Amino acid sequence: MTEPGLPAAGNTSMDEPTIEEAPVRAPALEMRGITKHYPGVVANNHIDLEVRPGEIHALLGENGAGKTTLMNILYGLARPEEGTILLDGQEVTIAGPSDAIARGINMVHQHFMLVPVFTVAENILLGEETMAGPIFLDRKEAHRRIVELGRRFGFEIDPEAKVGSLSVGWQQRVEILKALYRDARILVLDEPTAVLTPQETEEIFGVLRRLAQDGHSIVFISHKLYEVLEIADRITVIRRGKVVGERLPSQTDEDDLAELMVGREVQLTVDRGESKLGEVALEIRGLEVKDDRGSIVVKGVDLDVRSGEILGIAGVAGNGQDELVEAIVGLRHAPVGRISLRGRDMTKATPRAINEAGVAYVPADRHRFGLVLSFPLADNLVLTDYYRRPYARGILRNDEAIEATAEERIRQYDIRTPSATVRAGTLSGGNQQNLVVAREFARDLSLLVLDQPTRGLDVGSIEFIHRQAIAKRDAGTAILLVSAELDEVLELSDRIAVMYRGRIVAIRDGRTADKNEIGLLMATGGQARAAGGAAESGPAA
Amino acid sequence: MSEGRSRSERWAPQQVWRRIWSVIALPLISILLALLVGAIVIIASQLVLPGAQFNLLLPLTAYSALLQGAFGSFDAIVDTLVATAPLVLGGLSVGFAFKAGLFNIGAQGQFLLGALGSVAVGIALAGSSPLVAISLALLAGLLAGAAWGFIPGFLKAVSGAHEVVVTIMLNYVARYVIGAVVGGPLRQQGRSEAITPDVGNAGLPILIGNSGHAGIVLALVAVVFIAWLLFRTTLGFEIRTVGANPDAARYAGMRPRVLTILTMSLAGGLAGLAGAVVVLGVQHNMTPSFVSTVGFDSIAVALLGRTNPVGIVFAALLFGALRAGATLMQIEAGIPVELIDVLQATILLFLVANPVLRRVFRLRGVKTGIETTETITKTYGGETPVA
Repeated sequence: MTEPGLPAAGNTSMDEPTIEEAPVRAPALEMRGITKHYPGVVANNHIDLEVRPGEIHALLGENGAGKTTLMNILYGLARPEEGTILLDGQEVTIAGPSDAIARGINMVHQHFMLVPVFTVAENILLGEETMAGPIFLDRKEAHRRIVELGRRFGFEIDPEAKVGSLSVGWQQRVEILKALYRDARILVLDEPTAVLTPQETEEIFGVLRRLAQDGHSIVFISHKLYEVLEIADRITVIRRGKVVGERLPSQTDEDDLAELMVGREVQLTVDRGESKLGEVALEIRGLEVKDDRGSIVVKGVDLDVRSGEILGIAGVAGNGQDELVEAIVGLRHAPVGRISLRGRDMTKATPRAINEAGVAYVPADRHRFGLVLSFPLADNLVLTDYYRRPYARGILRNDEAIEATAEERIRQYDIRTPSATVRAGTLSGGNQQNLVVAREFARDLSLLVLDQPTRGLDVGSIEFIHRQAIAKRDAGTAILLVSAELDEVLELSDRIAVMYRGRIVAIRDGRTADKNEIGLLMATGGQARAAGGAAESGPAA
Repeated sequence: MSEGRSRSERWAPQQVWRRIWSVIALPLISILLALLVGAIVIIASQLVLPGAQFNLLLPLTAYSALLQGAFGSFDAIVDTLVATAPLVLGGLSVGFAFKAGLFNIGAQGQFLLGALGSVAVGIALAGSSPLVAISLALLAGLLAGAAWGFIPGFLKAVSGAHEVVVTIMLNYVARYVIGAVVGGPLRQQGRSEAITPDVGNAGLPILIGNSGHAGIVLALVAVVFIAWLLFRTTLGFEIRTVGANPDAARYAGMRPRVLTILTMSLAGGLAGLAGAVVVLGVQHNMTPSFVSTVGFDSIAVALLGRTNPVGIVFAALLFGALRAGATLMQIEAGIPVELIDVLQATILLFLVANPVLRRVFRLRGVKTGIETTETITKTYGGETPVA
């Protein structure tokens, strides 16, 4: 037994190089033996992480592996039960986020913490105001510093631009500038590329490399393996709260990393095989759809999806994809145009009629349309079928049948849960998505609408959902896939349609499509075609 | 709320207790703290009252008189039950609406209309056989309340008008409708003061003691019915789904508009029944100034009972006991009955402030005091009309 009073007694044996031996190359950040329990789980189990000055260090792991907990500990949002944090070789206790910032640790969250109606400068100054005297902001000085910082890291930014009018990629740069303005030396980026196009990703990588050259240390959290291999100097993989490996990009590849991360061999690219095309299942003609604010965001879309094919819609988020999909499943009224399913006009049909016609929907926002988080799993699994036999007998619910089906689906779709009576909200994101997939896939379908089906999921869950989708396609279901992840669209689709500002600007064959061309079409809608000379076929029907 | 139950699962006794504690911890602490605040109010009030003798133990005297008045004798217990019955019905009204994501602040107006409806039919049938008179008078109360609930439900469904605003306005309308009808058409001829005739045979039979009328049984039947409706029927599932996630409900093919109208009507009917029980069981007539705090207390009852039908029974029992015991407290300790309002409001305040309580008392894994906060705090402008 160790003395309970001794701090970090567990890792005294691990002490190798002492600080005095290498004073110059002391790690910018060292986390030693970090342990944190949450009720029922060990979120972090003696995790060691070492980030050197000027290093881009990737932290790789599935959802729920403990990445977030570890970073919350670093940021002072959670207290470890064991373990120490060292900054430049000095042991520190981080009391909270403001303390972390004062010590030069900054975080760029996945969801930006920006005020859209404020200017770039105002957002950056928020909480760290540069004052000219006791009352007034020194805007001039602040602007000068912001522009200078931007230039130093390779971009020109207008401090007077409203953040809400900037693209996602530029908003991210504002977040990074915000951190730099506070003299951040250690920058933690949580899934920074999740919302970016390939081009924007390249640009942000350029910024990160310059930051590293300048001596900043970067912790890069991601689950995209090829990105990690491209940008990181070193990779730490964690699984179930433990460090399972440390790799240099030169010594590893995607398969090795995926296996480390998941704990078993993973097939990264699902073999999609040949598609057997059937008749047209979904036919859309001249469709116009409005968004919540009443402006037309789907502007005359024509689209056919055949049975047995996956049609992928590529596009930067917010180009009308969500509205298009919501119109197809009946959640949004389409004032102009026609939607038909197997020749039947469904333009004005209710969600239930569309559902009964064999249309399933995996929504982009599963918390909004997909699940009732406060309800048990079993209720969520019959959310669209609750009124039908055997789940209902007359006006009464048939709890036995509901439970029996729930048990079956939980097994069939590998939903990890203690029981069917647990609330859906207590499951991890991947399991919640499996829950939606279990409900929507477990029927005979004529059309399956997948809107961002794997957003925020880890490799294992993505593999599972992709397999299920391919299986449905092979069973003759028409699948419409919308994803902001170009890789997902490229991997799964038999045909790819690019959506830009409410229009389908191009359709390409899924097997021969060129990633860069599609990326360019996503970003510009094809206006750069003359310059790039990439595509000869125009907007297709 | 997790309403899933499984016959196959067995809970260890320790788990059962932990579960029970997680549900009742916050209400219990809120009640105890409110009693403490009440004690401070009692002590402080002696300082401002001229000529009053200062007595530090006065709160104890007051609370023991309160307890005595509520549970000290058979008659006291019956009085408590009589005060509890309409609170159960009213609490169900508000709690049921909460389940559908609606804030029925209009229980008061529906209560008054229900009372008016039942008294009007009761007077007309005062001479008929009791069975006919009672059932038709109760039905009239139910329908009148339901009509008063239908209005905000309908307006919300067709125009998105927020039910809070509409029901508050309808509360005032109800007040003046009562004044006009009771002082006019229903007024008993030949009496100097405005009062309706007696409801005669429509009066509820006394089942227990001197005053324990059949409304107590009716309230319990309503509890069972509402619990059955919410958790055993497909309609209840639809209502709970609309309340928990209207978007998911829409995708699942449920019709939020229809359910909104239906829920508000049913909630109105329950509050109307509460009004009927009071006039037919206790007063047997009505004056233009017929007032009661039942409608407003119902909101507190529903929140304290966590909108759960069984929880509402216990919350109503507490509030009923406070009301029933207040008279004795006033007589024995000289504390005005208004102290009960202070206690009720303070309980509510602590429940709403549950994040503070959780921190102070280090309550982990305890459920939030008011899971319906979202319904309460939905602002008028932020509301999108149900499509």
